[in-house]
Amino acid sequence: MVDFEIRLGLSPTDLTVRESQNKRPDDWVDLDAEKDVELRLVTENFPGQVLKSRMFRDEKTIWVKRDNIVEILRMLRDHKETAFNFLSDLTAVDLLKMNAPSEERFEIVYNLYSMSSFQRLRVKAVVPEVDAVIETVERVWPAANWLEREVYDLFGIVFKNHSDLRRIQMPDDWIGHPLRKDYPMGGEQVEFSFNVRKS
Amino acid sequence: MVNWARRNSVWPATFGLACCAIEMMASTNSRYDLARFGSEAFRASPRQADLMIVAGRVSKKMAPVLRRIYDQMPEPKWVISMGDCASCGGVFNNYAILQGVDQIVPVDIYVPGCPPNPDALIYAINQLQKKIDREHFGDLR
Repeated sequence: MVDFEIRLGLSPTDLTVRESQNKRPDDWVDLDAEKDVELRLVTENFPGQVLKSRMFRDEKTIWVKRDNIVEILRMLRDHKETAFNFLSDLTAVDLLKMNAPSEERFEIVYNLYSMSSFQRLRVKAVVPEVDAVIETVERVWPAANWLEREVYDLFGIVFKNHSDLRRIQMPDDWIGHPLRKDYPMGGEQVEFSFNVRKS
Repeated sequence: MVNWARRNSVWPATFGLACCAIEMMASTNSRYDLARFGSEAFRASPRQADLMIVAGRVSKKMAPVLRRIYDQMPEPKWVISMGDCASCGGVFNNYAILQGVDQIVPVDIYVPGCPPNPDALIYAINQLQKKIDREHFGDLR
């Protein structure tokens, strides 16, 4: 009997990848501050800024406060051990109903990628609802210009010192920020038999 | 006589916005040839076109542009609303998508489908040609 996977023509590296995918680790594991290089660098250079960290299925996430976010990201970009020179995405999350009322409402998500070491990292900066302002990272990665405009347009989070903060997706005179959780869906009411127009 | 001339040389100005544009391109390929019905040239400029095929979803940001292109077409002009999104908003029942392009331009033929088969679009062009046949030259358009 031939082994099924070898019969498929998979190479040994494919088999190891398949093995690591099938072995499910425990879902949310905290990062270890000594072993993990990114968390160690951030906690050493910016004490007190890290809120929590998580490793979920080979994805690293670090939550930080929004105060020194530009310096933290610049250090992650410039330090030779991490070298995250590619900002692959900058988005936001609205945790309106999910978090406890004492926690903040928005999270700005920075997805970083290191082209030299092929590592990915996600840094989340926590932003409250009342004072939804955060410093722009445009000077660290110029690609953040449009990405931050999109976050401002759809969530209403203002980026301080941004060179050109205006709406990018919605029409220029639109009122409201559509991707917040308390923004209505819009559109027209679907007609069912119980609310059909009698005409 | 005039109607015969108008129906057999309908030149579309394609307003291919989204996925329906691919089906519109497919209807002009060799398999479903749209040119055999007179739509030989798909003019890029609205000033030289008779028919506007709105193919795809129209967002509220695009709506004034669509109306301006429609206004730039000279008379006589017709509009085919291709696909579900142009006819009624399709699957997108939200704040950003116009629920039907007939809110801003008068539509002659609606083509249902998501996306409609190229056959369906050719059938729609045939129906439009029959509609042009019934027109009276003296009518103010």
